[in-house]
Amino acid sequence: MLFVWIILGLLVLVGIYLLVTYNGLVSLRNRIENAWAQIDVQLKRRYDLIPNLVETVKGYAAHERETLENVVRARNMAMAASGPQDQAAAENMITGALKSVFALSEAYPDLKANVNFLNLQEELTGTEGRIAYARQFYNDTVFRYNTKIQSVPSNIVANQFDFNEREYFEVDDAARGNVAVDFGQAPPVDLGSSSAPPPAPPAPTA
Amino acid sequence: MYDQVAQNKRRSILLILAFVGLVIAVGFAFNLVIGGGPIFLVIALVVAGGAAAVSYWKSDAIALRVSRAHPASIDEYGRLHNLVEGLCIAGGLPKPRLYVVEDPSPNAFATGRDPKHAAIAVTTGLLEKLNRVELEGVLAHELSHIKNYDILVSTLAVTMVGVIAIAADVGVRFMWFGMGRSRNDSNDSQGGGGLTIILALFGFALLILSPLIGRAMQAAVSRRRETLADVSGVELTRYPPGLISALEKLRDDYTVVGSTSHATAHLWIEQPQAVAEDEGGMARVNRMFNTHPPLEERIALLREL
Repeated sequence: MLFVWIILGLLVLVGIYLLVTYNGLVSLRNRIENAWAQIDVQLKRRYDLIPNLVETVKGYAAHERETLENVVRARNMAMAASGPQDQAAAENMITGALKSVFALSEAYPDLKANVNFLNLQEELTGTEGRIAYARQFYNDTVFRYNTKIQSVPSNIVANQFDFNEREYFEVDDAARGNVAVDFGQAPPVDLGSSSAPPPAPPAPTA
Repeated sequence: MYDQVAQNKRRSILLILAFVGLVIAVGFAFNLVIGGGPIFLVIALVVAGGAAAVSYWKSDAIALRVSRAHPASIDEYGRLHNLVEGLCIAGGLPKPRLYVVEDPSPNAFATGRDPKHAAIAVTTGLLEKLNRVELEGVLAHELSHIKNYDILVSTLAVTMVGVIAIAADVGVRFMWFGMGRSRNDSNDSQGGGGLTIILALFGFALLILSPLIGRAMQAAVSRRRETLADVSGVELTRYPPGLISALEKLRDDYTVVGSTSHATAHLWIEQPQAVAEDEGGMARVNRMFNTHPPLEERIALLREL
Protein backbone atom coordinates (compact mmCIF):
# COMPACT_ATOMS: atom_id res chain seq x y z
CA MET A 1 0.00 0.00 0.00
CA LEU A 2 2.78 2.37 0.98
CA PHE A 3 4.52 1.59 -2.29
CA VAL A 4 1.44 2.65 -4.27
CA TRP A 5 1.28 5.92 -2.40
CA ILE A 6 4.95 6.66 -3.11
CA ILE A 7 4.40 5.99 -6.82
CA LEU A 8 1.32 8.24 -6.82
CA GLY A 9 3.22 11.00 -5.06
CA LEU A 10 6.04 10.81 -7.59
CA LEU A 11 3.55 10.97 -10.46
CA VAL A 12 1.97 14.09 -9.01
CA LEU A 13 5.40 15.71 -8.62
CA VAL A 14 6.31 14.88 -12.21
CA GLY A 15 2.95 16.29 -13.35
CA ILE A 16 3.56 19.55 -11.48
CA TYR A 17 7.04 19.79 -12.97
CA LEU A 18 5.67 19.27 -16.50
CA LEU A 19 3.02 21.92 -15.95
CA VAL A 20 5.44 24.52 -14.60
CA THR A 21 8.05 23.88 -17.29
CA TYR A 22 5.49 23.96 -20.08
CA ASN A 23 4.02 27.23 -18.84
CA GLY A 24 7.47 28.70 -18.43
CA LEU A 25 8.35 27.85 -22.02
CA VAL A 26 5.10 29.30 -23.31
CA SER A 27 5.61 32.55 -21.46
CA LEU A 28 9.19 32.86 -22.72
CA ARG A 29 8.06 32.19 -26.28
CA ASN A 30 5.40 34.89 -26.02
CA ARG A 31 7.94 37.25 -24.57
CA ILE A 32 10.14 36.69 -27.62
CA GLU A 33 7.21 37.51 -29.93
CA ASN A 34 6.53 40.61 -27.91
CA ALA A 35 10.20 41.65 -27.96
CA TRP A 36 10.27 41.28 -31.72
CA ALA A 37 7.14 43.40 -32.10
CA GLN A 38 8.71 46.01 -29.83
CA ILE A 39 11.61 46.41 -32.27
CA ASP A 40 9.14 47.13 -35.07
CA VAL A 41 7.30 49.66 -32.93
CA GLN A 42 10.52 51.59 -32.39
CA LEU A 43 11.54 51.39 -36.06
CA LYS A 44 8.12 52.72 -37.05
CA ARG A 45 8.55 55.58 -34.60
CA ARG A 46 11.79 56.52 -36.28
CA TYR A 47 10.18 56.46 -39.73
CA ASP A 48 7.51 58.82 -38.42
CA LEU A 49 9.99 61.26 -36.93
CA ILE A 50 12.22 61.61 -39.99
CA PRO A 51 9.82 63.67 -42.18
CA ASN A 52 9.43 66.16 -39.31
CA LEU A 53 13.18 66.46 -39.00
CA VAL A 54 13.62 67.01 -42.73
CA GLU A 55 10.86 69.63 -42.68
CA THR A 56 12.52 71.50 -39.79
CA VAL A 57 16.04 71.39 -41.18
CA LYS A 58 14.88 72.42 -44.67
CA GLY A 59 13.86 75.81 -43.34
CA TYR A 60 17.36 76.56 -42.06
CA ALA A 61 19.67 74.70 -44.39
CA ALA A 62 17.83 74.52 -47.69
CA HIS A 63 20.94 74.07 -49.79
CA GLU A 64 22.05 70.98 -47.87
CA ARG A 65 19.70 69.14 -50.16
CA GLU A 66 21.85 66.11 -50.63
CA THR A 67 22.16 65.31 -46.93
CA LEU A 68 18.41 65.57 -46.46
CA GLU A 69 17.67 63.50 -49.53
CA ASN A 70 19.94 60.78 -48.23
CA VAL A 71 17.95 60.49 -45.02
CA VAL A 72 14.63 60.33 -46.83
CA ARG A 73 15.95 57.82 -49.31
CA ALA A 74 17.34 55.61 -46.57
CA ARG A 75 14.02 55.80 -44.74
CA ASN A 76 12.04 54.84 -47.83
CA MET A 77 14.45 52.03 -48.52
CA ALA A 78 14.04 50.67 -44.99
CA MET A 79 10.25 50.86 -45.14
CA ALA A 80 10.21 48.97 -48.43
CA ALA A 81 12.87 46.44 -47.44
CA SER A 82 11.94 42.79 -47.58
CA GLY A 83 13.76 40.35 -45.38
CA PRO A 84 15.63 41.08 -42.18
CA GLN A 85 18.99 41.34 -43.94
CA ASP A 86 17.94 44.13 -46.29
CA GLN A 87 16.13 45.88 -43.52
CA ALA A 88 19.13 45.81 -41.19
CA ALA A 89 21.26 47.28 -43.97
CA ALA A 90 18.75 50.06 -44.63
CA GLU A 91 18.36 50.81 -40.92
CA ASN A 92 22.09 51.26 -40.66
CA MET A 93 21.92 53.66 -43.58
CA ILE A 94 19.33 55.72 -41.70
CA THR A 95 21.58 55.84 -38.67
CA GLY A 96 24.49 57.08 -40.76
CA ALA A 97 22.40 59.61 -42.67
CA LEU A 98 20.87 60.97 -39.47
CA LYS A 99 24.33 61.53 -38.07
CA SER A 100 25.22 63.80 -40.96
CA VAL A 101 21.97 65.74 -40.55
CA PHE A 102 22.75 66.34 -36.88
CA ALA A 103 26.25 67.35 -37.89
CA LEU A 104 24.68 70.09 -40.05
CA SER A 105 23.59 71.93 -36.92
CA GLU A 106 27.24 72.75 -36.23
CA ALA A 107 27.35 74.83 -39.40
CA TYR A 108 23.98 76.54 -38.83
CA PRO A 109 23.79 78.26 -35.43
CA ASP A 110 20.14 79.19 -35.98
CA LEU A 111 19.27 75.56 -36.50
CA LYS A 112 21.24 74.56 -33.43
CA ALA A 113 19.20 77.01 -31.37
CA ASN A 114 15.84 75.86 -32.76
CA VAL A 115 13.79 74.23 -30.01
CA ASN A 116 11.91 72.06 -32.45
CA PHE A 117 15.16 70.75 -33.92
CA LEU A 118 16.61 70.05 -30.50
CA ASN A 119 13.48 68.15 -29.48
CA LEU A 120 13.57 66.10 -32.66
CA GLN A 121 17.25 65.39 -32.17
CA GLU A 122 16.56 64.19 -28.64
CA GLU A 123 13.61 62.10 -29.82
CA LEU A 124 15.57 60.49 -32.62
CA THR A 125 18.61 59.82 -30.45
CA GLY A 126 16.27 58.30 -27.87
CA THR A 127 14.58 56.17 -30.49
CA GLU A 128 17.95 55.04 -31.76
CA GLY A 129 18.78 53.89 -28.22
CA ARG A 130 15.43 52.16 -27.86
CA ILE A 131 15.93 50.25 -31.10
CA ALA A 132 19.28 48.99 -29.82
CA TYR A 133 17.79 48.11 -26.44
CA ALA A 134 14.80 46.36 -28.00
CA ARG A 135 17.20 44.19 -30.03
CA GLN A 136 19.28 43.54 -26.92
CA PHE A 137 16.19 42.47 -24.99
CA TYR A 138 15.10 40.25 -27.86
CA ASN A 139 18.48 38.53 -27.87
CA ASP A 140 18.52 38.20 -24.08
CA THR A 141 15.12 36.55 -24.17
CA VAL A 142 16.10 34.23 -27.01
CA PHE A 143 19.18 33.31 -24.98
CA ARG A 144 17.10 32.34 -21.96
CA TYR A 145 14.59 30.45 -24.12
CA ASN A 146 17.24 28.52 -26.02
CA THR A 147 19.13 27.72 -22.84
CA LYS A 148 15.98 26.28 -21.32
CA ILE A 149 15.21 24.25 -24.42
CA GLN A 150 18.70 22.81 -24.50
CA SER A 151 19.25 22.00 -20.83
CA VAL A 152 18.27 18.79 -19.06
CA PRO A 153 15.56 18.05 -18.04
CA SER A 154 13.48 20.87 -19.56
CA ASN A 155 14.69 19.81 -23.01
CA ILE A 156 12.46 16.70 -22.73
CA VAL A 157 9.37 18.88 -22.30
CA ALA A 158 10.52 21.18 -25.08
CA ASN A 159 11.02 18.29 -27.50
CA GLN A 160 7.72 16.70 -26.58
CA PHE A 161 5.68 19.84 -27.18
CA ASP A 162 7.59 21.17 -30.16
CA PHE A 163 9.33 24.22 -28.73
CA ASN A 164 12.03 25.10 -31.24
CA GLU A 165 15.14 27.17 -30.80
CA ARG A 166 14.98 30.76 -32.01
CA GLU A 167 17.57 32.69 -33.95
CA TYR A 168 19.37 35.68 -32.54
CA PHE A 169 19.10 39.07 -34.14
CA GLU A 170 22.49 39.61 -35.73
CA VAL A 171 23.85 42.46 -37.76
CA ASP A 172 26.18 40.58 -40.05
CA ASP A 173 29.31 42.00 -41.58
CA ALA A 174 27.69 42.72 -44.93
CA ALA A 175 25.01 44.88 -43.30
CA ARG A 176 27.57 46.63 -41.12
CA GLY A 177 29.67 47.55 -44.13
CA ASN A 178 26.71 49.14 -45.85
CA VAL A 179 26.64 52.25 -43.69
CA ALA A 180 28.76 54.22 -46.17
CA VAL A 181 26.64 53.28 -49.13
CA ASP A 182 26.77 55.31 -52.35
CA PHE A 183 23.45 57.01 -53.04
CA GLY A 184 24.58 58.03 -56.50
CA GLN A 185 22.53 55.58 -58.53
CA ALA A 186 19.36 55.79 -56.52
CA PRO A 187 16.43 57.74 -58.07
CA PRO A 188 15.90 61.31 -56.82
CA VAL A 189 13.44 61.81 -54.00
CA ASP A 190 10.89 64.56 -53.63
CA LEU A 191 11.53 66.15 -50.25
CA GLY A 192 8.16 67.86 -50.26
CA SER A 193 6.04 64.74 -50.13
CA SER A 194 8.25 62.69 -47.91
CA SER A 195 5.27 61.40 -45.95
CA ALA A 196 4.08 59.40 -48.96
CA PRO A 197 6.96 57.11 -49.92
CA PRO A 198 7.76 56.74 -53.61
CA PRO A 199 7.87 53.28 -55.17
CA ALA A 200 10.41 51.01 -53.60
CA PRO A 201 13.95 51.51 -54.82
CA PRO A 202 15.94 48.39 -55.62
CA ALA A 203 17.17 46.72 -52.48
CA PRO A 204 20.92 47.01 -52.01
CA THR A 205 22.81 43.96 -53.08
CA ALA A 206 25.27 43.40 -50.31
CA MET B 1 26.38 37.59 -12.30
CA TYR B 2 23.20 35.53 -12.01
CA ASP B 3 24.71 33.71 -9.04
CA GLN B 4 25.29 37.04 -7.39
CA VAL B 5 21.61 37.96 -7.77
CA ALA B 6 20.50 34.65 -6.27
CA GLN B 7 23.00 34.93 -3.43
CA ASN B 8 21.87 38.45 -2.77
CA LYS B 9 18.24 37.38 -2.56
CA ARG B 10 19.13 34.69 -0.02
CA ARG B 11 21.06 37.18 2.06
CA SER B 12 18.20 39.66 2.11
CA ILE B 13 15.79 36.98 3.29
CA LEU B 14 18.24 36.14 6.07
CA LEU B 15 18.48 39.78 7.01
CA ILE B 16 14.72 40.18 7.12
CA LEU B 17 14.55 37.12 9.37
CA ALA B 18 17.23 38.71 11.55
CA PHE B 19 15.12 41.85 11.76
CA VAL B 20 12.11 39.84 12.85
CA GLY B 21 14.34 38.10 15.43
CA LEU B 22 15.47 41.47 16.71
CA VAL B 23 11.87 42.65 17.05
CA ILE B 24 11.06 39.51 19.04
CA ALA B 25 14.16 40.06 21.19
CA VAL B 26 13.02 43.60 21.92
CA GLY B 27 9.61 42.30 22.96
CA PHE B 28 11.35 39.74 25.16
CA ALA B 29 13.56 42.44 26.71
CA PHE B 30 10.44 44.48 27.46
CA ASN B 31 9.08 41.50 29.33
CA LEU B 32 12.28 41.10 31.33
CA VAL B 33 12.61 44.73 32.25
CA ILE B 34 9.06 45.69 33.11
CA GLY B 35 7.30 42.36 33.31
CA GLY B 36 3.76 41.92 32.06
CA GLY B 37 4.11 38.60 30.28
CA PRO B 38 4.04 37.92 26.54
CA ILE B 39 1.70 40.82 25.87
CA PHE B 40 4.63 43.08 24.92
CA LEU B 41 5.95 40.49 22.53
CA VAL B 42 2.57 40.38 20.84
CA ILE B 43 2.39 44.18 20.72
CA ALA B 44 5.90 44.38 19.24
CA LEU B 45 5.01 41.90 16.51
CA VAL B 46 1.69 43.59 15.73
CA VAL B 47 3.31 47.02 15.54
CA ALA B 48 6.13 45.71 13.36
CA GLY B 49 3.63 43.98 11.08
CA GLY B 50 1.47 47.09 10.87
CA ALA B 51 4.42 49.30 10.09
CA ALA B 52 5.60 46.87 7.43
CA ALA B 53 2.13 46.91 5.84
CA VAL B 54 1.97 50.71 5.80
CA SER B 55 5.43 50.95 4.30
CA TYR B 56 4.53 48.33 1.70
CA TRP B 57 1.65 50.42 0.37
CA LYS B 58 2.79 53.98 1.07
CA SER B 59 6.58 53.99 1.17
CA ASP B 60 7.08 55.53 -2.28
CA ALA B 61 4.72 58.42 -1.58
CA ILE B 62 6.44 59.08 1.75
CA ALA B 63 9.97 58.91 0.35
CA LEU B 64 9.06 61.24 -2.52
CA ARG B 65 7.34 63.69 -0.17
CA VAL B 66 10.27 63.74 2.25
CA SER B 67 12.66 64.48 -0.62
CA ARG B 68 10.36 67.21 -2.04
CA ALA B 69 10.20 65.51 -5.43
CA HIS B 70 7.73 66.67 -8.07
CA PRO B 71 6.65 64.73 -11.18
CA ALA B 72 8.89 65.21 -14.24
CA SER B 73 6.84 66.35 -17.24
CA ILE B 74 7.62 64.81 -20.62
CA ASP B 75 7.89 68.21 -22.28
CA GLU B 76 10.41 69.59 -19.85
CA TYR B 77 12.42 66.44 -19.18
CA GLY B 78 12.24 64.68 -22.54
CA ARG B 79 15.75 63.25 -22.27
CA LEU B 80 15.05 61.69 -18.88
CA HIS B 81 11.89 60.03 -20.19
CA ASN B 82 13.60 58.83 -23.36
CA LEU B 83 16.51 57.26 -21.50
CA VAL B 84 14.30 55.50 -18.97
CA GLU B 85 11.99 54.18 -21.69
CA GLY B 86 14.96 52.74 -23.56
CA LEU B 87 16.37 51.08 -20.45
CA CYS B 88 12.95 49.66 -19.57
CA ILE B 89 12.81 48.06 -22.99
CA ALA B 90 16.27 46.60 -22.42
CA GLY B 91 15.23 45.15 -19.06
CA GLY B 92 11.69 44.16 -20.06
CA LEU B 93 10.26 46.34 -17.27
CA PRO B 94 7.25 48.67 -17.14
CA LYS B 95 8.23 52.34 -17.12
CA PRO B 96 8.41 53.72 -13.57
CA ARG B 97 7.02 57.13 -12.62
CA LEU B 98 9.68 59.84 -12.89
CA TYR B 99 10.28 62.66 -10.43
CA VAL B 100 12.64 65.59 -10.15
CA VAL B 101 14.11 67.07 -6.96
CA GLU B 102 15.15 70.73 -7.20
CA ASP B 103 18.64 70.40 -5.82
CA PRO B 104 22.06 71.36 -7.18
CA SER B 105 23.73 68.23 -5.81
CA PRO B 106 23.85 65.37 -8.36
CA ASN B 107 22.02 62.35 -6.96
CA ALA B 108 19.13 59.96 -7.67
CA PHE B 109 17.02 57.28 -5.96
CA ALA B 110 14.42 54.64 -6.71
CA THR B 111 11.47 53.70 -4.53
CA GLY B 112 8.26 51.66 -4.58
CA ARG B 113 7.37 48.06 -3.83
CA ASP B 114 7.61 46.21 -7.16
CA PRO B 115 8.38 47.07 -10.79
CA LYS B 116 4.72 47.95 -11.44
CA HIS B 117 4.60 50.41 -8.53
CA ALA B 118 7.97 52.09 -8.72
CA ALA B 119 9.33 55.60 -9.06
CA ILE B 120 12.72 57.11 -9.85
CA ALA B 121 13.66 60.57 -8.65
CA VAL B 122 16.68 62.53 -9.86
CA THR B 123 18.00 65.90 -8.75
CA THR B 124 18.19 68.81 -11.17
CA GLY B 125 21.92 68.85 -10.39
CA LEU B 126 22.26 65.35 -11.81
CA LEU B 127 20.49 66.36 -15.04
CA GLU B 128 22.74 69.40 -15.41
CA LYS B 129 26.10 67.92 -14.53
CA LEU B 130 25.99 64.55 -16.32
CA ASN B 131 26.01 64.00 -20.06
CA ARG B 132 23.64 61.64 -21.80
CA VAL B 133 25.75 58.48 -21.44
CA GLU B 134 26.52 59.12 -17.77
CA LEU B 135 22.88 59.86 -17.00
CA GLU B 136 21.93 56.61 -18.70
CA GLY B 137 24.40 54.74 -16.48
CA VAL B 138 22.88 56.22 -13.32
CA LEU B 139 19.31 55.56 -14.47
CA ALA B 140 20.25 51.95 -15.29
CA HIS B 141 21.59 51.64 -11.73
CA GLU B 142 18.28 52.92 -10.32
CA LEU B 143 16.27 50.67 -12.62
CA SER B 144 18.31 47.70 -11.39
CA HIS B 145 17.24 48.52 -7.83
CA ILE B 146 13.68 48.19 -9.08
CA LYS B 147 14.35 45.03 -11.06
CA ASN B 148 16.12 43.28 -8.15
CA TYR B 149 13.36 44.28 -5.70
CA ASP B 150 15.92 46.23 -3.67
CA ILE B 151 13.35 48.96 -3.28
CA LEU B 152 11.04 46.63 -1.36
CA VAL B 153 13.75 45.20 0.88
CA SER B 154 15.22 48.56 1.80
CA THR B 155 11.78 49.99 2.49
CA LEU B 156 10.94 47.13 4.83
CA ALA B 157 14.37 47.42 6.45
CA VAL B 158 13.99 51.10 7.17
CA THR B 159 10.55 50.58 8.72
CA MET B 160 11.82 47.77 10.94
CA VAL B 161 14.70 49.94 12.11
CA GLY B 162 12.25 52.71 12.91
CA VAL B 163 9.95 50.41 14.86
CA ILE B 164 12.85 48.95 16.84
CA ALA B 165 14.17 52.41 17.65
CA ILE B 166 10.77 53.56 18.90
CA ALA B 167 10.20 50.37 20.89
CA ALA B 168 13.61 50.64 22.53
CA ASP B 169 12.96 54.27 23.38
CA VAL B 170 9.61 53.47 24.99
CA GLY B 171 11.17 50.49 26.81
CA VAL B 172 13.96 52.55 28.34
CA ARG B 173 11.51 55.19 29.54
CA PHE B 174 9.18 52.57 31.02
CA MET B 175 12.09 50.97 32.78
CA TRP B 176 12.73 53.87 35.14
CA PHE B 177 9.22 53.31 36.55
CA GLY B 178 9.81 49.58 36.69
CA MET B 179 13.13 49.96 38.53
CA GLY B 180 11.58 52.25 41.11
CA ARG B 181 8.79 49.79 41.73
CA SER B 182 11.04 46.75 42.08
CA ARG B 183 13.21 48.58 44.65
CA ASN B 184 10.12 49.11 46.81
CA ASP B 185 9.05 45.51 46.43
CA SER B 186 12.47 44.08 47.18
CA ASN B 187 11.62 43.42 50.84
CA ASP B 188 9.11 40.75 49.83
CA SER B 189 11.32 38.56 47.68
CA GLN B 190 14.96 38.72 48.67
CA GLY B 191 15.81 35.34 47.07
CA GLY B 192 14.99 36.05 43.42
CA GLY B 193 16.49 39.55 43.52
CA GLY B 194 19.87 38.66 42.04
CA LEU B 195 18.47 36.86 39.04
CA THR B 196 15.93 39.61 38.42
CA ILE B 197 18.65 42.26 38.38
CA ILE B 198 20.82 40.27 35.96
CA LEU B 199 17.88 39.70 33.65
CA ALA B 200 16.91 43.37 33.89
CA LEU B 201 20.45 44.43 33.01
CA PHE B 202 20.43 42.06 30.05
CA GLY B 203 17.11 43.50 28.86
CA PHE B 204 18.40 47.01 29.40
CA ALA B 205 21.49 46.31 27.28
CA LEU B 206 19.36 44.76 24.56
CA LEU B 207 17.04 47.76 24.48
CA ILE B 208 19.92 50.22 24.28
CA LEU B 209 21.81 48.29 21.61
CA SER B 210 18.90 47.23 19.40
CA PRO B 211 18.61 50.50 17.42
CA LEU B 212 22.34 50.35 16.70
CA ILE B 213 22.17 46.72 15.65
CA GLY B 214 19.19 47.52 13.42
CA ARG B 215 20.98 50.41 11.76
CA ALA B 216 24.12 48.36 11.15
CA MET B 217 21.99 45.66 9.53
CA GLN B 218 20.24 48.22 7.34
CA ALA B 219 23.62 49.54 6.23
CA ALA B 220 24.86 46.03 5.45
CA VAL B 221 21.83 45.33 3.24
CA SER B 222 22.19 48.63 1.49
CA ARG B 223 25.96 48.45 0.82
CA ARG B 224 25.69 45.04 -0.81
CA ARG B 225 22.80 46.18 -2.97
CA GLU B 226 24.55 49.28 -4.26
CA THR B 227 27.38 47.20 -5.69
CA LEU B 228 24.95 44.72 -7.19
CA ALA B 229 22.90 47.50 -8.79
CA ASP B 230 26.06 48.94 -10.35
CA VAL B 231 26.82 45.60 -11.98
CA SER B 232 23.30 44.82 -13.16
CA GLY B 233 22.89 48.40 -14.35
CA VAL B 234 25.85 47.88 -16.63
CA GLU B 235 24.22 44.66 -17.77
CA LEU B 236 21.39 46.84 -19.11
CA THR B 237 23.51 49.47 -20.85
CA ARG B 238 26.38 47.12 -21.80
CA TYR B 239 28.60 50.15 -21.36
CA PRO B 240 30.58 50.35 -18.07
CA PRO B 241 32.40 53.63 -18.94
CA GLY B 242 29.07 55.53 -18.71
CA LEU B 243 28.45 54.66 -15.07
CA ILE B 244 32.17 54.87 -14.21
CA SER B 245 32.44 58.42 -15.43
CA ALA B 246 29.15 59.31 -13.71
CA LEU B 247 30.42 57.95 -10.38
CA GLU B 248 33.66 59.85 -10.87
CA LYS B 249 31.67 63.05 -11.31
CA LEU B 250 29.66 62.26 -8.16
CA ARG B 251 32.91 61.63 -6.31
CA ASP B 252 34.39 64.95 -7.36
CA ASP B 253 31.25 66.86 -6.48
CA TYR B 254 30.98 67.97 -2.88
CA THR B 255 27.54 69.56 -2.84
CA VAL B 256 25.24 67.88 -0.34
CA VAL B 257 21.57 67.16 -0.99
CA GLY B 258 19.58 69.66 1.04
CA SER B 259 16.24 67.90 1.40
CA THR B 260 17.27 64.56 2.79
CA SER B 261 17.15 62.80 6.12
CA HIS B 262 18.93 59.85 7.67
CA ALA B 263 15.81 57.78 7.07
CA THR B 264 16.11 58.00 3.28
CA ALA B 265 19.92 58.11 3.07
CA HIS B 266 20.18 54.52 1.83
CA LEU B 267 17.86 55.20 -1.11
CA TRP B 268 20.17 57.52 -3.05
CA ILE B 269 22.83 56.39 -5.51
CA GLU B 270 25.50 58.23 -3.54
CA GLN B 271 25.52 58.84 0.20
CA PRO B 272 23.65 62.17 0.34
CA GLN B 273 25.07 63.41 3.64
CA ALA B 274 28.57 64.71 4.07
CA VAL B 275 30.88 61.92 5.15
CA ALA B 276 33.91 63.09 7.10
CA GLU B 277 37.15 61.36 6.26
CA ASP B 278 38.02 60.45 9.82
CA GLU B 279 40.89 58.33 11.00
CA GLY B 280 41.69 56.23 14.03
CA GLY B 281 39.54 53.85 16.01
CA MET B 282 36.18 55.49 15.31
CA ALA B 283 36.56 55.29 11.53
CA ARG B 284 35.84 51.59 11.53
CA VAL B 285 32.68 52.05 13.60
CA ASN B 286 31.44 54.87 11.40
CA ARG B 287 31.99 52.83 8.29
CA MET B 288 29.72 50.16 9.74
CA PHE B 289 26.85 52.63 9.49
CA ASN B 290 27.62 53.88 5.99
CA THR B 291 24.77 52.89 3.70
CA HIS B 292 27.02 53.00 0.63
CA PRO B 293 30.39 51.44 -0.16
CA PRO B 294 33.09 54.01 -0.98
CA LEU B 295 32.76 55.34 -4.52
CA GLU B 296 36.39 54.39 -5.15
CA GLU B 297 35.59 50.75 -4.49
CA ARG B 298 32.55 50.85 -6.76
CA ILE B 299 34.51 52.46 -9.58
CA ALA B 300 37.34 49.94 -9.21
CA LEU B 301 34.85 47.07 -9.39
CA LEU B 302 33.26 48.44 -12.56
CA ARG B 303 36.64 48.84 -14.21
CA GLU B 304 37.17 45.11 -13.84
CA LEU B 305 34.09 44.26 -15.92
